[in-house]
Order: sequence, then structure tokens, then C-alpha cells
Amino acid sequence: MAPNDSAMTNGEATGTVVGRRKAARYIVPFAVAGVAAATIGLVPALADSGDPELPEITAQELIEKIAASDQEQLSGTVKVTTDLGIPSLGGLAGSFAPGAASGPGESSASPDAKLMELASGTHTLRVAVDGPDKQRLSILGEGSEYSLVHNGDDVWGYDSESNEVYHAKSDGSGKAEEHKAPKGVPATPKELAEEALAAVGDTTSVTVDGTAQVAGRDAYKLLIKPKQSGSTIGSVTVAVDASTGVPLKFTLAPSSGGKAAVDAGFTAVDFAKPDASSFSFTPPKGAKVTEADELKDEAEKKGAADKVRKDLTALEDFKGLNVIGEGWNAVAEIEVPGGAGLPAQGSGDVPAQAQQFMEALGDKVTGDFGSGTVFKTRLVNALLTDDGKVYVGAVTKDALVKAADTAK
Amino acid sequence: MSQAELTAGPAVRAPRRLWALGILRSELTTTFRRWRTVALLGVLAAVPVLIGIAVRIETGDGSEGGPGGGGGGPAFLSQVTNNGLFLVFAALSATLPVFLPMAVGVIAGDSVAGEASGGTLRYLLVAPAGRTRLLLAKYASVLVFCLVATLVVAVSALAAGALLFPVGEVTTISGTRIGFGEGLLRAGLIAVAVAVSLVGFAALGLFISTLTDSGIAAMAATVGVLITAQILDTMPQLDGIHPYLFPHYWLSFTDLLRDPVYWDEMVRNLGLQAVYAAVFGSAAWARFTTKDISV
Repeated sequence: MAPNDSAMTNGEATGTVVGRRKAARYIVPFAVAGVAAATIGLVPALADSGDPELPEITAQELIEKIAASDQEQLSGTVKVTTDLGIPSLGGLAGSFAPGAASGPGESSASPDAKLMELASGTHTLRVAVDGPDKQRLSILGEGSEYSLVHNGDDVWGYDSESNEVYHAKSDGSGKAEEHKAPKGVPATPKELAEEALAAVGDTTSVTVDGTAQVAGRDAYKLLIKPKQSGSTIGSVTVAVDASTGVPLKFTLAPSSGGKAAVDAGFTAVDFAKPDASSFSFTPPKGAKVTEADELKDEAEKKGAADKVRKDLTALEDFKGLNVIGEGWNAVAEIEVPGGAGLPAQGSGDVPAQAQQFMEALGDKVTGDFGSGTVFKTRLVNALLTDDGKVYVGAVTKDALVKAADTAK
Repeated sequence: MSQAELTAGPAVRAPRRLWALGILRSELTTTFRRWRTVALLGVLAAVPVLIGIAVRIETGDGSEGGPGGGGGGPAFLSQVTNNGLFLVFAALSATLPVFLPMAVGVIAGDSVAGEASGGTLRYLLVAPAGRTRLLLAKYASVLVFCLVATLVVAVSALAAGALLFPVGEVTTISGTRIGFGEGLLRAGLIAVAVAVSLVGFAALGLFISTLTDSGIAAMAATVGVLITAQILDTMPQLDGIHPYLFPHYWLSFTDLLRDPVYWDEMVRNLGLQAVYAAVFGSAAWARFTTKDISV
């Protein structure tokens, strides 16, 4: 440091050399910034490079590896990024799933409400599993955390933000409780992969697509693609740990291209037995505890008053669900209880603005089936016909119209 | 090289080192003796007390748990009634976005520019310590202020929390329990993490302070940069630049309350603060050591 100091203490007697040396000092901050930027840019690239060398394996063998995997203990951090082309589901969730909203008299710690939030945006989760009886899932929020702990017969949900606890007793195995989580929002890569693999048939091509590094482990990439055209799903990639057969990463790419619609993978994983204390839960002092049974009663009581709820309950025991097509192009046909779909223009049921709004959300289509409105997301499209039928599927708009035509 | 030269080296250096320490000490005393500093620390100490009293009044006798809390306001507020230690966390997350950095901005912005506008800077430069050491001493005293300010908030919150609410076992936000001792330890770690979060911003303030000869202008500009960064950090359209904004990982200290502790974001925060400190620290050095100081 001493030489630097001398440069400016005699600064008054400047020569051009000193002046240049002074100017050179401004290079330092830029150099530091440049090095930092280069490090930020290069380190992930370097860490990414070089897919691991693993012995060749067929798709069949890889699927067997997954099925045979008896890894019962693991803990890790999972990052889930979902982009379904739906605006934030957090608030909407309530109107979609009965009992999911956290209105007064209900618990924001109920698992349905929380897991629904995963359907959009990026979330960091922590998972710990120790056999079939002990699981823990935590959703890390900003300054808060939602934990779902399953230990034997008890299922606890704890929302640290509101300090509310949800408690459910499972009868017997406890497996039933697990499936209380809304379908379509699988929590671990394993569940995601199993769901995707269930769709395997003549309609699907399954190949091993090289290898990758996931959470610092060597993994095979299983590529699943629809053979049929017309599906909105482009491909599903599952990265499977080479030594344990545990699925580590799940990516669902829409056929329209662009960012993956669902990307869930471990960023850190440990196959050692998780700490037993992670599965013990006692409601903290002063926390509001909601029992699952109470919640159900409450929901029923409210349901009588709440018209939307009633409609949704009616929707639950609807009769007319037909599946048209097969494999990736399956389209569900649902008869909306109570008749008509979107009120026709000028029918007077709905204010003109609301009508316009609905039309702006969807596309008008006509076909042999009549006419209707198509509502689109990146993965799932729905056709609501004017005579009150709904066709839903992970297919393109044209395929949806075709399905509606064949159903006629 | 003669014998005389070899012995002369350390002989010259020893007083220099002493001078540097002396400068640091005098910097610290000037900083902490100012009424402005004392007032800032007083305001910071009052914030947790106010929060504590407000929560206490809100919940009546304090015995009923917080279903009414509903998760509004700063994090951890709903748990304060059950455990006074949570007032430390609530107070730190309430003061970190605005109060703490504002206080640091005032001190850092004033550090060089204030001396320049007061006309005392050139007297400081008479000391044979050199500008680099003077700048380092200034930065060190700002960092000490960061730590002191954070500790003032934490200690005042701990005192208020212990007086107004029961204390005891701590429930982490993961729902597990840790003893009060470990809770205290984590509170201490959190205070340090918060102080470290301000390191990058302090360097930024110091750099701005070397740009101007007006103390007020430097303070205002520093606080302005803070507010701008905070606003940019809330805009979802600017997602791409968020990880590079200095306040982005500020609230990562809450990860210390998870069980097990989640380090990823805190490490990122540390790295980001180090980059800011290096970039703006060296920029301040380049500016300050080449600056013409006539006042």
C-alpha cells in the first residue's frame, strides 16, 4: 500500500506518468467487476460440462431400475419450476378445489391449499423420507415455511407464517393420507416419474437419452415422447440416478416449445437415513390447531351457504365423464350439471362486459358439434360448447375440436 | 542493500501501523460521539420496543395465541406472543429493508463527503498514514456501525421480548423445537448475518461519499440508490437482474431458523456482498486516492 500512497502525497508535482497511474486505478473496480461477472458466468458452465460416462443401458433396463429401486431413505432439496401458462394459481386455487381456500373457519395449514400453490412459479422444497411411515415435505417460503410431516398415523401440516397447524389421523397404513394431496401436483420426482411412466403404451416412445449430472450424482436421462401428433406435451425427461435408480429430475416440455412447463429436480440429495427428529412434530405453543374432521364439518356447513361450493360438490358427483381417444390424445368429455355453458351473447344472464371478458380469455370455435369457446393454457386446453359440454385434454385446439366432432 | 536500509524499514513501518490504528480509533470515536449517530441508534432501539408494545396491546393480556395474526405484516409477528425471542427476528426483518440500511447510508455517505464539506478532510490527510489507510479506517468504522446498529436492534428486541412476552423453547419455522440456548445462539448468528448483509451497501455508500464534497448530497444519493434497488427488486418483469441487486438476499437470514439450516441463499448473499464490497470499495479507493482535495 505504501507505494500507492506516495503516488498521491506528492500528487501536486504531477508528471504525465503519475497522471496515467492515477487513471489506471479506475481499472481496478472494473477488473474486479469483470472477474466477478466471469466467475458467475463460467462456474455453472464449467460445473455443467462433461456428462458422466456411464455404461450403455436400454430404456427397458432403466425403467426396471426405477421399479426395482428400494431406496427408502433419502433427504434433499428439490426445486420445482412450473409454467403452465396460468396466472398465479395461489389465489385461484380456492375457487378450483373444494376446501382448498383458506377462508375464515378454515385452515391455511391444510395441505391441499399449500400444494396447490406449487402449480405456478418456482419453489424450493425439502424432502425427507424414511420408509413408508415417515415422510416430511417442506415448502420454503420467504421468511416462512410450510411443513407436511407424516409419521405413523399422524399427518401434520404446519404453516409458520400464520402459526397454524393442520392435523389428520390416518386409519391404518397411512397410505391413504398421502393420496389426499391433489392429484396432478406430485411432490417428489419419484411420484412425477411414476405418473409419467403410467402413460407408457403403443402411443409412446421411450428411449435413453444420454446421461447428466443431477445434484452432483451421475444419472441416466429417460426420454418419453408421444408418438401421436396433436398432444400439447412435447416430451418428458426423467433423470434417474445411476446407482440407486431413484428419479432425480423431471422435466415436462410442451410441444409448442419454449420453457419447460414443469421442471422438478433435486438440487441436493443424500441417501443416508434422515435425522429422526425431522419426523417428530408437536404443535407449537399458541398455534391454532385444526383437525381434519372439524375442517370437513366446517366445509359442509359452509357449503350450504356457499353456492359455488355447492356447484363444485355437484360437479364432484357428475355422471357424464367420457374419455375420447387414447394415450396422449385422450380427451375427457364432461357434462356440466345444470345445463348451458357460456351464456350466448345478449342472453341477458351476464353483463356485456363479463361476456366480453370471457370471450377475450378463450377462442371462439365452430365445428360439427356446434360452437363453443376454447380456453388455452400451455398444457391443458378445454373446449366449452354452447350446449354445456366441456372437453378437456392435453391436446391442441384442433384435436379438441376433432374430439368434440367425433363425440357428436 | 546496506544494513542501515534494512533496519530503517521496520522502524518506519511501526509508527505507520500505529497511526493506522490511531486513525481507526479516532474515526470510531468521531462516528459514535456524533449526536446524529446516537439519535440513529436510539431510533433503531425504539423500533422493536414499539413493535413489542403494539403486539402486546393487540393480543390483550397476551395469553391467547395468535389465530388473529393471520400472517400479515413482517415475518414471525404471529409467533411473538408465544415466544419473546421471536421479537428479535420480527424486529430485524422489519428494520432490515429500510431503517438499518438508511442509518448505514447516512453514516457511510457522510464519512468522506462530510469531512470534505466540514473542511476537516485535509487535516486528516496531514497524518502520515496515507489516503488508502484513511479510507480503510473509514470503511472499517462504517462496518463497525453496521454491526453495532444491528446489535442495538437485536438486544433491544430481546429485552423488550423478554419483558413483554414469555420466553422458552423455540419452534423453528420448520416446526421442530430447539432449546432456548440454541435459540439465542441462532439469534446471535442472525444478527451477524444481518450486519454482513449491509457490507456491500456500506461500500456503495462510501464510494458515493468520495464522489462529492457535500455530505447531504452523498447521504441522499446513497439512500436514493437503496430505494431504487428495493423497487427494482420488487418488479417481476426484471427477474433477470434480481440476483445481482444487493438487497435481493437480505431476508435470507430467516433461513437460519429452518431446521436443518438452509445455507444456499445465505452463501449467495455473502458472495454478493463480497462482490459489492470489492467493486465499490476499489472504486472508492481509485476515486479517493486520485482526488484533488482542496477543501
